[in-house]
Amino acid sequence: MREPLISVRDLQVHFHTHAGVVHALNGVSFDLYPGEILGLVGETGCGKSVTGLALLGLIPPPGQVVGGEIRYRGQNILTLPPAQMRALRGGKIAMIFQDPAAALNPVFTVGEQMELVTRRHRRMGREAARRQAAEVLRSVGMPEPERILDTYPHELSGGMQQRVMIAMALSCGAEVLVADEPTTALDVTIQAQILDLLVDLKRTRGLSILLITHNLGVVAETCDRVAVLYAGFIVETGPTGAIFQSMKHPYTQGLLAAIPHPSSRGRPLQAVPGTVPDGLQLPPGCLFHPRCPFAWDRCRQERPVLREVADGHQVACHLYAGEAER
Amino acid sequence: MTEPLVQARQLTKHYVLRGGLFSRRQVVRALHWVDLTVYPGETFGVVGESGCGKTTLGRCLLRLVEPTFGEVLFRGENLLQLDRETLRQRRRYFQMLFQNPYLSLDPRMNVLNLVGEPLVTHTDLRGRALAERVAALLERVGLSADHLYRYPHEFSGGQLQRIAIARALALNPLFVVLDEPTSALDVSVQAQILNLLKELQAELGLTYLFISHDLSVVQHVSDRIAVMYLGRVVEVGTTEGIFYDARHPYTQALISSTPIPDPQARRSRVILQGSVPSPLNPPPGCSFHPRCAQALPLCATEEPRLVDVGDGHLVACHRAG
Repeated sequence: MREPLISVRDLQVHFHTHAGVVHALNGVSFDLYPGEILGLVGETGCGKSVTGLALLGLIPPPGQVVGGEIRYRGQNILTLPPAQMRALRGGKIAMIFQDPAAALNPVFTVGEQMELVTRRHRRMGREAARRQAAEVLRSVGMPEPERILDTYPHELSGGMQQRVMIAMALSCGAEVLVADEPTTALDVTIQAQILDLLVDLKRTRGLSILLITHNLGVVAETCDRVAVLYAGFIVETGPTGAIFQSMKHPYTQGLLAAIPHPSSRGRPLQAVPGTVPDGLQLPPGCLFHPRCPFAWDRCRQERPVLREVADGHQVACHLYAGEAER
Repeated sequence: MTEPLVQARQLTKHYVLRGGLFSRRQVVRALHWVDLTVYPGETFGVVGESGCGKTTLGRCLLRLVEPTFGEVLFRGENLLQLDRETLRQRRRYFQMLFQNPYLSLDPRMNVLNLVGEPLVTHTDLRGRALAERVAALLERVGLSADHLYRYPHEFSGGQLQRIAIARALALNPLFVVLDEPTSALDVSVQAQILNLLKELQAELGLTYLFISHDLSVVQHVSDRIAVMYLGRVVEVGTTEGIFYDARHPYTQALISSTPIPDPQARRSRVILQGSVPSPLNPPPGCSFHPRCAQALPLCATEEPRLVDVGDGHLVACHRAG
C-alpha cells in the first residue's frame, strides 16, 4: 500500500464571529498520495478553500482549527512551531489561487517576486535565483523566460500570470500543490492550457495536486480521485471513473444532474431543491437531509460516516449503511 | 417565414482611448460590423471569451450604449434614430438581466420598490394595486408577498436573481437580453434559474438573447447561436449546427476546450496556443489567424466575410464555403 503524502483526519474549523460560531469544516478526512491529482469539489461556502488554506496553516482569523489533524509525511503539521511551518509553506507545500492578478504584487517585476521565494527558502544568491527563476518559467511553458522576468504582472495575460504563480510554487521543489480554483477566472481555451500543464507536472515531476474546483467537468478531465464536500463534510470520495460511473450520494447525483448536458436540451434541468445550510445553524443528523429526496428518520438523527462501498469508493449516507453492516 | 423581432446591421462600437501627451489616440474595436437577426419566440445564444464584445452587443441592441455605426431594427423600426421620448416609450418592450444581482439591484431599495420601479415609470399603477401586481410577479418567479418589504442583503444570490427577473418582466417585455444570468451562481441554483427562464419564456412568449461564456449552458438553452471573437461574429447556426457541425476553427477549439463532466468522454482536444489578442491592435486580416492551425496566407491579409454554407449556417472563414 502506498503511503499518503498528506493525510487529513477529522479536521474541524470554526470561525468565531459576532453572530456566533460558524462551523466551516465539520470533520474533513482525506488522503493525498504522491503523484496524483485529487479533486476537491463542492459549491460556494462548502469549505473547499478553507480546507486548502488549512493545509498551509493559513486559516485567517477569526477562524480556528478546533479538532483533527493534518499529517505531512506522517508528521502533524498543526503542532509544528511557526518557523518550521514557514519553511514548509511555499517550500514543500505550495498554493496557487483563483485570481493570479490579485495574488501577484503589482509593484514588483515577475523576476523580483520569483527570486524572493528562492532566496528566502533556499538561501540562493541573486544571480543563482534569477537563473533558477528563468529555468522554472521555461518548465511551465513560458516563452522567452528572460524577458518575462523583467515584466510587471499587469503586462501579462491571465493565463501567463497563472503560469508565473505555478512556476513560483514549484521553484522551491514543492511536492504538494494546493490549487484553489486555478482556472475559474480564465477563459476556456486558456483553462485547457493550464489544466494540461497541471497534468503534465504530475506526470513529469510526480507532483501531488489538490485541485479545488466547483466544476465537475474539470474534475472529470484532470483528476485521478475526487472528494465531494458538502457543508464542511466529505460526503463521497473515490476514483474519478468510479464516482462518475456510479455516484452514490444523493448530493453528488444532484450536483451532476444539475449541469446542462447535450442530452438535457429541451427538458428542465434537475435542480437540487433548497439551499446550502447556514454554518451558524447546522441541521442535526445528516447535513444534507433537509434537501435530500430519500431522507428518513435515521437521517434526521444520526450523522452518517464515510463507509467503503467499493474499492476505494466511500460514501457517507445511511442509504448504503445496510450494505456495509450486513 | 416569420418577421424578425430584432435585427442588427453592421452594428459597430468603437471606444476611443484619449491618448496622453505623448501617446497616440487609440481605438478599441469592441464590436465590429455585426449582422444578426433574432426571430420572435426563440432563444438566441451569444458565446465567446472575455473581451469578445458579447456584452457590448447586448447593450448596443438595447441602446444602453450608443453604437458608433450601424442599425438596430426592433420590429422594423430603427432604434438608433428614435428621439428620447419615443425611445423611452419603446423601452418597456426590451429589458436586460445582468450577471451579478448583488450589483444590479440597489441595496437601499426594498423588493417592492425594486420590482415596482418600472411599473411606476411606465404605468399608472400605484399603492395597493402596485403592491398586488408586484406580489403576483414575485409569486411567478418563486418568491412570495412576504418578501415585499425586505432588502437585497437578506437574500441569497439565486433569490436576488429571481427578483431581478421579476423586475425585468414587470412590463411584459417582448425581448430580454440575458447577460450571463447564471455565471455568478452555483450549478444547483443555476439549474433552478435556467428552468425558471425557460418556463417564463414558454408562458409569456418571450424572445431571449442569451449571452454566456459557458458553452454547455448556451447549448442547453439556445435555438440558434452566434460565436464571437474579438468584436466580430465568426459563426452563426442552429444549436445542432454549431455543436455537431462547427465550421470555424475557433468554434471547434472552443467546443473542444470545454470540460465535459464525463471521464469516458475524453476526446482529442484542440488546445489553442497563446491568448486572445488585444482589441486595441487586432491582427490584420482574419483576427483569429495568429492562433489558427489552418491559416492560409490569405488569412493574414484579407478579412473573411460571413457566408452562408447552407441552411442559414453562416461562417466567416476563408477555409469554409
